[in-house]
Formats: sequence, structure tokens, C-alpha cells
Amino acid sequence: MNRQIVKLFGFIVVLFGVLIGFTSYWSVFDAEALKEKDANKRPLLEQQQIPRGRILASDGTLIAKSVPKGRGASRRYVRRYPEGSLFGHPIGYSFVKYGDSEFEEYHNSELVGEGSEFSSILDELLGERQEGNDIVTSIDSEAQRLALAELEEAGFGAVVAIEPSTGAVEVMASNAPYDPNRVPYEYSKLSTNEIETPLLNRATQGLYPPGSTFKVVTAAAGLDSGAITPETAIDAPGTLEVEGTPLQNDFNQDFFGATLDTALTNSVNTWFGQLGQRLGNDTLFEYMERFGFNAKPAIDLPEDQVEPSGVYEEGRLLRADDPVDLARLAIGQERLLATPLQMAQVAAAVANRGKLMKPQIWKGVIDPDGRTVDTMNPSVYSEPIGEETAEELTAAMEDVVTEGTGTNAAIPGVSVAGKTGTAETPGNKACGGGVEENQAWFIGFAPADDPRIAIAVSIECTPEFGGDVAAPIFRDVAEAILNGE
Amino acid sequence: MTSARNRELLALVPVAVLLTAGFAGVFSQENEQLGNLSLVYGAYFLAICLATHVYLRIRLPDADPYLFPLVATLTAFGLVMIYRIDETLARDQANWFVLGLILFALTIHFLRDYEVLERYRYTIAVAGLLLLLAPRLPGIGQQVNGAYLGVKLGPVAFQPAEFTKIAIIVFLASYLREHREVLIVGARRVLGVTLPPLKHFGPLLVVWGASMFMLVFIRDLGSSLMFFAAFLALLYVATGRFSFVVIGMAMFMLGAWFFASTVPHVHDRVEIWLHPYNDPQDSGYQILNSIFAQADGGLFGVGFGQALITIPGTNDALLPAAQTDTIYSLIVNEVGLFGACGVVLVYLLIAARGFKIALLASDGFSKLLAVGLTSVFAIQAFVIIGGVTRVIPLTGVTLPLISYGGSSIVANFVLLALLLLISDRARREAIEPAGRTAALGAAA
Repeated sequence: MNRQIVKLFGFIVVLFGVLIGFTSYWSVFDAEALKEKDANKRPLLEQQQIPRGRILASDGTLIAKSVPKGRGASRRYVRRYPEGSLFGHPIGYSFVKYGDSEFEEYHNSELVGEGSEFSSILDELLGERQEGNDIVTSIDSEAQRLALAELEEAGFGAVVAIEPSTGAVEVMASNAPYDPNRVPYEYSKLSTNEIETPLLNRATQGLYPPGSTFKVVTAAAGLDSGAITPETAIDAPGTLEVEGTPLQNDFNQDFFGATLDTALTNSVNTWFGQLGQRLGNDTLFEYMERFGFNAKPAIDLPEDQVEPSGVYEEGRLLRADDPVDLARLAIGQERLLATPLQMAQVAAAVANRGKLMKPQIWKGVIDPDGRTVDTMNPSVYSEPIGEETAEELTAAMEDVVTEGTGTNAAIPGVSVAGKTGTAETPGNKACGGGVEENQAWFIGFAPADDPRIAIAVSIECTPEFGGDVAAPIFRDVAEAILNGE
Repeated sequence: MTSARNRELLALVPVAVLLTAGFAGVFSQENEQLGNLSLVYGAYFLAICLATHVYLRIRLPDADPYLFPLVATLTAFGLVMIYRIDETLARDQANWFVLGLILFALTIHFLRDYEVLERYRYTIAVAGLLLLLAPRLPGIGQQVNGAYLGVKLGPVAFQPAEFTKIAIIVFLASYLREHREVLIVGARRVLGVTLPPLKHFGPLLVVWGASMFMLVFIRDLGSSLMFFAAFLALLYVATGRFSFVVIGMAMFMLGAWFFASTVPHVHDRVEIWLHPYNDPQDSGYQILNSIFAQADGGLFGVGFGQALITIPGTNDALLPAAQTDTIYSLIVNEVGLFGACGVVLVYLLIAARGFKIALLASDGFSKLLAVGLTSVFAIQAFVIIGGVTRVIPLTGVTLPLISYGGSSIVANFVLLALLLLISDRARREAIEPAGRTAALGAAA
């Protein structure tokens, strides 16, 4: 029997070897993948034991902090947002049960102080508790407060303000807002409210027809590609037959022999419709993509919480080789949808002499000892247009504000460049079924000669025009930012 | 002959150090200052081990010197882990450890001539099976997670399967000792497969039947698997016929497959094993969190007292049944893959010593009994560790000597006593008739 006993022992050794094999697989080889699983609450629970870093506005206003709860082994940290709904977007929230969102999610590793593998092993050996880093954002808390307050007066919508030269996001307000402190208590109410959709960041996820503000892109493409010059005259009748349907100007007004300046100042639809047709699909789409359309914005927010702008067909983005109504696309209709962030980027690119910077909310990371360990280095996303084109376009946009549709955006003593937009959205369910519902826009920058801030304002479901409801918000927010320095 | 006991004594020192260090580790975590209570616990444990050692020195001077220190290592480690989970549970466990040692001593005292067990083998077998049925009796039976595993008699609750495993092994060892010759000689080859003679195979079919019965009525997949595997191990050692093992395995698979598709509880266990992510918040919660705990541990673990067992701020379990079923996952979590390898290695060393005892034993019953007891011990460890690492479906057997549970601790100390009894005689017989020089050669 001894031979069998030895073999049996051999078999037991093999069995135990299998156990070690599986244990190694779970604990080492597959460990990283397991930590990523949604069902695995451990990483979140462990992070809860780390004092998560604070989030600050550029003026030092406390946006988010962690407060300890419980003692000993059950001691954990809970997130608090002292300003309530003011920074709900774009900062988001961080709670164990409901996960992280927006800025909190994107910057999670800095906020929990995840260092390199080596330094965390070292900390473990030294018994040092992991501590989170603070992050300073570029958000101007006063301008943000003003933007949100004015939005709440005007209607659902968003305001995005970007510093053209750096891409620093100074305002990102979305109405309806939500108070992140309430997330643990009323998550289901917040997430199922389909009228207000308070958890939706309208600045980055709200897809709206940009209307006439898109004419800035069309004009940029026309000038930069050489299809037109500022002197090129186009006959723009009050009505133009396009693809079997008449395209009309406001009040059916004729503009014969109009140049870009006149066309932009008066937002002449038939002028830009013809320009779009001259440019063709390839050129117009190429310039759209240079301005950031057809791609997720390169902002520091989670990929699933930002939407690309472009021509949508049943949730799919159309490309240059898809059939589109160029004349209507050129004036921001067709099936074109854009986020307020995207349109702010258009304004910022023109303002920054043709260079589009990557939009970023964070400004710097400060470790628990007060040392700045990382700062945002502005980087160029693309150079959609040349400097000359940008100057020509700026001049036309200045006229929009001084004598055109955008006079409400004028700031005394400061030159302002901008463009209004009013897209008709009848039957928009979110508006509650009204007939005279518009998506009102204003995009622009100031001061026009040395741009300090580029802003997009977008209001849903309003009976008013962009120049009446969005331009004043632009003016007030821009003034607040310019005066705040 | 005393050298064996001296080696045992020496081997106990690292055990006590380990225990003291372990308690010190947990203490420093929880109290942030190191009291001398950990030293006191270590000292108690060492004193109890020393008393046992002295008892062995007197009663079984030639018994295997490494078995008791190895078993004490696991017990000490288990105590530290349980202490880390819940102080009161650890106190219970310590009491059961003492009770286990008392039964250990009594077994050694009364079963010095353990052949007496052979005479009562049918009584023992029937008693064992009746015990197994007890959890289904109204009034005293208890259902745990859908399986009928426990019995509650007044204030005393226990899991009969832990004792049944010893009874069944005693029966099988005795039965196979008597019938192994005929099982080998009477075997016939049918269609190229060696089949055992039907007449002698009857009682063995009963074992298969009992295993299937456990699946259906006790709904205890783990114990069923453990018994049947131990049975196949014994059958293989007794007959040397691997084909018997293959047939047995096929029969078990067939039965298990049949019942897995008909008995909901068994079916669920298999489903959860195969598709844990289908219902991660409910049925798949335990096995998934068992694996997540291991992933959290990594190579070196997060350290004693550092792993999360409950969701902070609540009483909700993050690692369900951490003190029993999933204690191995907690070990991986806290002391890492290296620590877990150490634990598995200790089980393997115990198996090695057990099989060594079987090799040295001269008579068939002793050999088979040692093989059976060692196998059932090792397989139990495999079934539960395999369960929490998703090698096999997760079932509710205990991790021998480490898991919280009085029945398990006490039964395993009885098992150890029997192994030491066999060992003492085998080594003495190896030494005495042939003289010391021959014995040294045999031992080497």
C-alpha cells in the first residue's frame, strides 16, 4: 500500500498547488482588474478612510472638503460641499454608495493622494497613512455665482467662460443646479427628474442646436480656406430655395452684395447658406473638427460625462462623406448639436488668434505639506485658423456687438466681440410642450483687442432671442471677470 | 525515544512566539499602544501547549514530534485571526481549544488500543450517519444558508458532520482492511475496465449512496465532496486500483450533476460558482467579495487588523462569514499571498506527517486509518480554500483548526489524537523488535 500512499500524497501536493495557483491569480495577477470591477466596493471604501484633498476655487473659496466621522477602525471621511449647489457642476460629488462624478471622479487619484507604486509601498512600510492632495481650480467663484444666479432667472441652460490664452475654465454653470451634499439623501429623486435633469452638466452634456453662433465657424472656414475675403460680396436674397425648402432671412430682408461684416452683423441666413455650399462638405467638416467638433472635448472631466458636438443622426455623429444639407448646416441648423463648452471653445480660439487651447478646470495640485506638486501647463489643442483670419473675424464680431444683433452684450469702455444665436426648437419635450420655444445663444470674448475671457451662454426653452436673453448674461459675467482682477 | 519529544518541545517555541507576535500585531492596531496582554495570551497558550506536551511525553513518547506543533501553529494562527475579527469569538474559540485538548487527552487515554474501534465499526458507521441526519430532525435541527448543517441541543450547538467524518473514516479503514484482498482478486475486466466484485462492493455503494443522500437531504455539497473524496483516497490506497477511483469519481459526478439540476440549493451553489457576476449584490456577493478581499491583499497583505470586514459605519458585512467560510480570504487580505502560502504549506506538512505515519504503520487497519484521517483533513482544507478561491463551488465547511467553530476544533483534535496513537505504536514497533540501529535506518 505504501506506493499508493506516496502517490496519494503527490496528488494532495498537486491539489494544494492548484490552491496556491488560484490564490496567486486573484491576489496578484488579476488583482488590478478585480479592483476595477463595479461590484467591488473596496477601493471606494478604502478611499473613504483617506482624508480626501480639498478642492478650491481660484480665489481660495472652499469648494469641497472631507470631514471625519466615527472613531478608530470605523473612522471614515465624508465629503462636504460648503457652497452647496454653486459648484455642483462641474465639481460633481464623491460618496461611497453613489461613486464619484465629474471633476471629483477625473481627479480622484490626486485627491486621494495616490503616488507612485514605490512611494505607496514605502508609506505602507513606514506605517504612514495615505493623505489626499488639495486641488486649486481656475474657477472664479464670484463669476460662477453670478452666472448661476442669472441662469436661474433666464431658464435652463449653461454658461462657460474660458481664458483664451490658457484654456483655464473660469465659469462652468449649469441650470438646473443640484446640491452635492444632498446626493446621499435624494439620489434617486435627482437622477430620475427628467424635466430638470439636475445631475446633467448642461455645459458639457447639453446638446443644443447652436443656431447662428455657428456662423462664426462657417465664416472662419470661408476666410481661412481662402474661399472668401472680407471684401467678397455675395447676393443674399430674403428667401433662397435650398433642397426644396425655402431658407429665409429675418423679416425676409434682402442683402445684395453683402460682405462678411454685413452678413455677420445682421446674421444673414441666405448669405451663410451660400457660403456653406461653396465650401463643400470636406472643408466645412475639416474646420469643424479643427474647432473641436466630432470629438470629445479634451477637458479634465470623465469621458462619459462630456459629449462631442457635431451633426447627429439617431445618436450617431455624421462625417464629411455623409449627405448633409450644407446651407442649413452653415447656419447652425440641419441636425447640428453643440454643447455650450464647444461653442465657448469656438469663441476662445478666435480670441486667442486662432489657437485653441485645451480647456482645463484644474490649476494646481498641493500636497498635504503645502507644496505645489503639479501645475497646469496650458497646451494647444489645435490651430483651427490663422492669425489673420482671427483678426478679420474679430472685427466682424465686434460689429455684431456695436451695431448688430448683439448690442446687449456691450460693456462700457471695453470692446466686445460676439455672435448671437437663436435656434427654434418647437416641440422640445424638455420645454413642456410650448410652441414658441427657442434655444438662445451668445458667444463672444472681451476685450476684443486683448482678449481676457471667452464665454458661451446658452438658454433652453425661451420665447426670447439670443441677443435679448443670452447677451446680457454674457455682459454681466464678462464684466465680473474683468473687474475681478 | 525522548529525542522525539525534545524536538516537539523545541518546535513549540516558534509557535508561541508566532502567537504572541500575532496578538501584539492586532493589539497595536486596535489600541495604538502595546499592552502586555498579548504576552499574557501568548504565555497561556504556551502553558497549555506545554501541558499537552508533557502529557504526550508520558503517554505517547514515540509519537510523531512535528504533528502537534504544526497543529498548534494553525490553531494559534486561527486564534489571532478570530481575535482580530471579534474578541468574544476568540474567547469562545480558546475555550473550545481547551475542550479539544481535553478530548484529545481522553482519546489517547481510552483508545490506547485503538483496534477496539474495528469491533464496533458498524455501530460507529451507523452512529455517524445518524448524527448526520440530526440537523433535519424537527426541534433540534438548524438550517444555515439553505443547508442543514447544525444541531442545537439546549445551549449546545454543534455541526455533526465534523464528527461523522471521523466515524466514516474509522468504518472505511476497517472495512477496506478486511475486504481489500477480495476487492483486488475478485475484480473482473469488463470492456477493458477493471470492475470490483459486486458482492463486496455493496457496502461501498452505500458510501456513495450516503454521499448522494447528504447532497439531497442535508444539502451539504462541501461535506459530501469531502467524504466521498476521502473514501476514494482510501479505496485507492487499499486496492491500488486507479480504475476504482475513476469509476467512483464518474459516479459522484453523475450524481452531483443530476442533483445539481434537480435540487435548487445545490443548483444555486453551482450557478453562483460559474456566474458570480450575475447577481453581485445578493447570491454572488460572498464569493465575489472573497475574491476582492484577496485582490486587496496582494503579495504581502495589508497587515493584521487592517482589512475591511464590514462596511465602515455600518454592521453590513463586506466579507460575509469572515470568521468561518471566508477566513482564508481574510488571511490573504491581511498577510498576503506569502502568508497564505505559509498556511497552505502547514496543511501540506501536516498531510506529509500523516502519510509518513501511514507509511510506518505495520498493520493494514493502522495504515488505512492514518491515510483516511490525513486525507479527510487535507481534503477539507482543499474544499474550503478551493471554495473561496473559486476552484470549486463555495460550500460551508470549516477551514480545519483556523475557522471559528467548536465542533471543528474538537473533532480535529480527536483526529490528531488518533493519528498520534497510530504514530506512537508504529514508531515503537519500528524501533523495538529490530533494535535501535535498524530503526534509525528506517526512520531516515
